[in-house]
This record gives sequence, structure tokens and C-alpha cells, in this order.
Amino acid sequence: MNNLVIWPIIIPLLTGISLIFLQKNRVAQKSVAVMGSLISLFYALFLAYQVKTGGILVLQASAWQAPFGISLVADVLATLLVVTANVVATACLYYSFKVIDRKQEQFYYYPFLFFLLTGVSGAFLTGDIFNLFVFFEVMLMSSYALIVFGGTKPQLRESVKYIAINVLSSALFVMAVGYLYSVVGTLNMADLAVKIKEANQVGLLNTVAMLFFIVFALKAALFPLFFWLPGSYSAPPAPIAALFGGLLTKVGIYSLIRVFTMIFAYNTGYTHTFLIWVAGLTMVFGVIGAVASMDVRKILAYNIVSAVGFMIMGLGVFTTVSIAGAIYYMIHDMIIKAALFLLGGAVITVAGTANLNKMGGLIKNHPTLGWLFFTAAVALVGIPPLSGFTGKLLLIQGALGAGQYWITGISLTVSLLILFSVMKIFLYGFWGEAKTSLQVKQGSTKGLLWPTALLIAISLFLGLGTEFFYPYVETAAQQLTDPSDYINSVLKE
Amino acid sequence: MKTNNLILQTITKFVAFILLAYSIYLFLAGHHKPGGGFIAGLMTSGALVLLYLAFDLKTINRALPYNFRNLAGIGVLTAVLTGVGGPVLDYPFLTHSFGYVNLPLLGETEWATAVIFDLGVYMTVIGITLTIILAIGEDS
Repeated sequence: MNNLVIWPIIIPLLTGISLIFLQKNRVAQKSVAVMGSLISLFYALFLAYQVKTGGILVLQASAWQAPFGISLVADVLATLLVVTANVVATACLYYSFKVIDRKQEQFYYYPFLFFLLTGVSGAFLTGDIFNLFVFFEVMLMSSYALIVFGGTKPQLRESVKYIAINVLSSALFVMAVGYLYSVVGTLNMADLAVKIKEANQVGLLNTVAMLFFIVFALKAALFPLFFWLPGSYSAPPAPIAALFGGLLTKVGIYSLIRVFTMIFAYNTGYTHTFLIWVAGLTMVFGVIGAVASMDVRKILAYNIVSAVGFMIMGLGVFTTVSIAGAIYYMIHDMIIKAALFLLGGAVITVAGTANLNKMGGLIKNHPTLGWLFFTAAVALVGIPPLSGFTGKLLLIQGALGAGQYWITGISLTVSLLILFSVMKIFLYGFWGEAKTSLQVKQGSTKGLLWPTALLIAISLFLGLGTEFFYPYVETAAQQLTDPSDYINSVLKE
Repeated sequence: MKTNNLILQTITKFVAFILLAYSIYLFLAGHHKPGGGFIAGLMTSGALVLLYLAFDLKTINRALPYNFRNLAGIGVLTAVLTGVGGPVLDYPFLTHSFGYVNLPLLGETEWATAVIFDLGVYMTVIGITLTIILAIGEDS
């Protein structure tokens, strides 16, 4: 019994609920939102520290013992991701203050933002597959509301696609859970890990594993199921797109990592080889989209897809080092993708267009924005002092160690193309002749830059402070590859 | 278009009360038997929607001048706080407790904290259902 685990879910939930009642009062709304986000962030940090020093914490909700009740499990991976999710949500919240206008605030923008965070934190912390589905739904409900915020035409068009694809994947999720339950007779992740190991993961269990793969691949936007992402993520306003890009796909990847390391990890010749193939294709197709596109938002959205490939590559290679790489890269990507989407939003605000052909010379009037964007872009690619480097180094180290040479080659080539695709924004948007000087009405970046600068500073810290940060990631990876710690703490309470 | 709703209105006056009473029965039955906050909430909203249909939005809004979105908020808050009661008293989150009391007239009656949670669900369901239906209804 340990109630510490529940608070990262309860704090944003209560904040969101109290914001419902403050709908009319802007000042109160903003101050409660700021307070809620800070409390939640600091609590998440505290929990991560507790888990690192004191071992895995488990809460058996309503005192029903595992495997019968619902367990909430805070291991290092879960808490690291909860911290990162809180960081991203906080930055997006502060950015929203400037972007979301008064009218939209009245449509419960902030409550939905906090409910989204509730769902994301819950998905990370739960130790039960059905409960994972529930938190997915919490997260998706809020995202359905957020994606139409502003109600522009492309948003309505994309939201229909987005909802359709997610309803489909939720239905598949329930089916997969049903099959799993009928085969194994439990849904508790620790118990599943034990039982599937005993059953040696044969026959039907492989089918169930692949069904789970399809469900999570739809959420995580893996090849060939990523077709919905570039449209949906480029439609909503920047802070919402940043939240989606930073958090939603990563929950899908987290679920894949969780399920394919702890539970379905006994037939790796089949499942994990398949994962590597998919990872390679995802990277390549994602980056082709990014290179081909001339719309700032589309380029960033396609970059999400190719980044997903890198993380799944780490999962597919399946050694402790490569999984540590996948986790490191995921944390880095959550932060830097959010930062890039926020900066992309600022670029569009000052340029008045998302089309790169119509932009140019922004750096003359907006040098800070330009250099922040440059830093974020090189961090994304993984130039050494920044955070992308450590993750990629570990991924490549892992892949080479396991003898997976061709995926290493693909990932390095793709990295170069990613560099090209984001530098394209820099070259077309910031350099060259100023084209926006003709337009009198220019947006300002006032209040938009410091939340992003914060995210980039964290990315810098992740890169420079690898010594400090890596032990956390390493422990997280060890807990995944050797789940005995996890199983013991859940089942032996 | 003005239609003659006499039959509908007359019947609604009775039926709405039957529905409301039955929803309370369902709500209380839910602890041990089929029923519960969700279905009772739907039943209550059914009764209210019937009232909205038989009379018109203005009449019913005068009789029930509530903001149903806030009702949903209060419902969720109730449910969450019931859960938080556990950690406050050093039990796991959502732990429920029950016992028996002797009430006048009713005799020995069971009480359970889960009912408060269910009340939260009940209010949320009414709040959300009516928000959705009224949002569509007010549109035209």
C-alpha cells in the first residue's frame, strides 16, 4: 500500500475539475492552472526521486490485492515519463496564455488540458492492461475536445479522421484485452509477465501480441499506420499540437515498450524482428514526408513519425543498452518535439503563413526566435552537447552490439535527412530575403519564447548532464529487461 | 409551427414522476443488485429530456435554473473526493467502507461510502447528458 503513486493522477484531475467552476473568471482560471501545474510537476519530481532511491512503489487501489484489483505501479520508467509529461504540459500551458484567446478559454480549454495530463500520467503509472485502456480513453476524450479548439475548417476535417481512427483502435484495444484475458486469465501486467513466461508465449499469444502491436502502433503512428498523424497534428493551434506531439504518440510508444519488454518478450525472433522492420520503414517514410513537405507544421509532424521509428528500433533490438537508448531518446523527443512545435507556432505567428515558400529573413527581426529554433533543430538531430546525442549514441551502440548493422545504417542516414528537413525551415524561414516586411501586420513573439527556452534549457541539461541523468534511465531499462523486481513488488505485497 | 401537445403534456406530468422515482430506486439498488449511479443518471436525464420535449426549453429552464455543466463538475469532484478519502485516512486510494445503522422506520440499514461515489457518477451522467442534449436542442 502506497498512496504516493496516485497523486500524479489526482493533482491534475482535481485542478481540471476546479477549473470547470472558474470558467468565467480568467484571472482565477490562470492562477489555479499555474498552481496546479507547478504542484503536479514538483510532486512528479519528488516521486521520481523516491522511486529511484527507495525502489518500485505499488498501490493496490481500493485495497484489492493483485492480481485481482487494479495495481498502480511507479517504476523508474513510469516516473521519468510522468516528470517529462508534466514539464511539457507546463510549458504548453504558459505558451497557451498568450495564444488561446478569451473566447476559447470559455470553452473549458484549461480543464481539458489538465484532463489530458491526467490520462497521460495515469497511462504511465497503471499496472493493469485494462486500466491502461481506461486512461487511454481519458486522454483521448480530452484530445478530441482539444483538437477542434478554434473550430477552423481544417481542424474539423482532421478531427473527424482523428476520432474515427482512434475509435477504431480503441475497439481493437478492447478486443485484444478480451482475447488476452480469455487466454491467460489475468490483466495485471506483473501477473501477465509471470504467466506468459510459463506458457512460453506460443500460438494464440503471438496473435494477441500482434493485435496489441496494431493497437499501439496506431496510437504511436508506426508504419504503415501513421497516415492520420501529419494531418491531425498540423491542424490545431501550436500549444495543442505541441501537447499532442510531445505526449500522445509517446503514450503509444510507452505502451509498446512496456508490453514488448515485460510481457511479450519470449518469442523475440518473431515479434522483435518484426519491430525492427517496422522501425526502419517508419523512419524512412517519416523522413521522406518531412523532406518533401514545405509546410512548417507538416515537416514537424512528419518528424514525429520518423522519431517514433528510432524508439521502436531500440525496442526491437532488445538489449538493455538499446532500451535505455529508446527511453533516453523518448524523453528527449517529448521535450524537443514540444519545443519545436511551440517554436513552429511562433514562426507562423510572426510570418503570417505556414508555407516556407512565402517566408524568409525572419532572423533580422526575430533573432532570439531564430537561434532558439536552430538550437532545437540541432538538438533534434543529435549534435553532441544537446540531448538527442546521448539517446542516439545508446541506440546505435545497442544495435551494433546486437549485430543489427543495416538498421544502424538506415538510422544514421535518416538522421542526416532529418537534419536537412529541419534546416530547411531554418534556411527558407530565417535566412534569405525578408518577405514579410511587405506585410504591415506582423505577429509578435512576446510571451511565446520563454516557455520554449525553458524546454530547450532542459534539453541542454539532458545532454550536458548525462552523467547525472543516465543512471535513472539505466535503472529503468534494467527494470524492463529483468522484470523480476517489478513482479515481486506488485505480487508480493 | 405550433402543435397541440395536450396528450404528451398530460402524460408527461405523470410519467416523469414515475421515471424519477424509478431512477432513485435503481440508484439505491445498484449497491447489491443491477442498477447504480450511471443507469440511474441516464434514467433521470431521460425524465428531464421528456419534460423538455413536452414543454419547451424556456419553461423548463425557469423550473430548473441550473448550469448542468457545473453539475457534471460537482459530480466528478464528489467521486474523486470519495476516492481521496482513502489516502487521507491512510487507506489505499478508493478504499470503501460500510456498516449498519438502525434508522427509525427503516430498521437496520446498510451504509456504504461507495454510495457517495455513485452519487458523483449520477450527477456527472445527468450533467453531461443534458449538456449534450441541450447544446443540440438550443442550436436551432
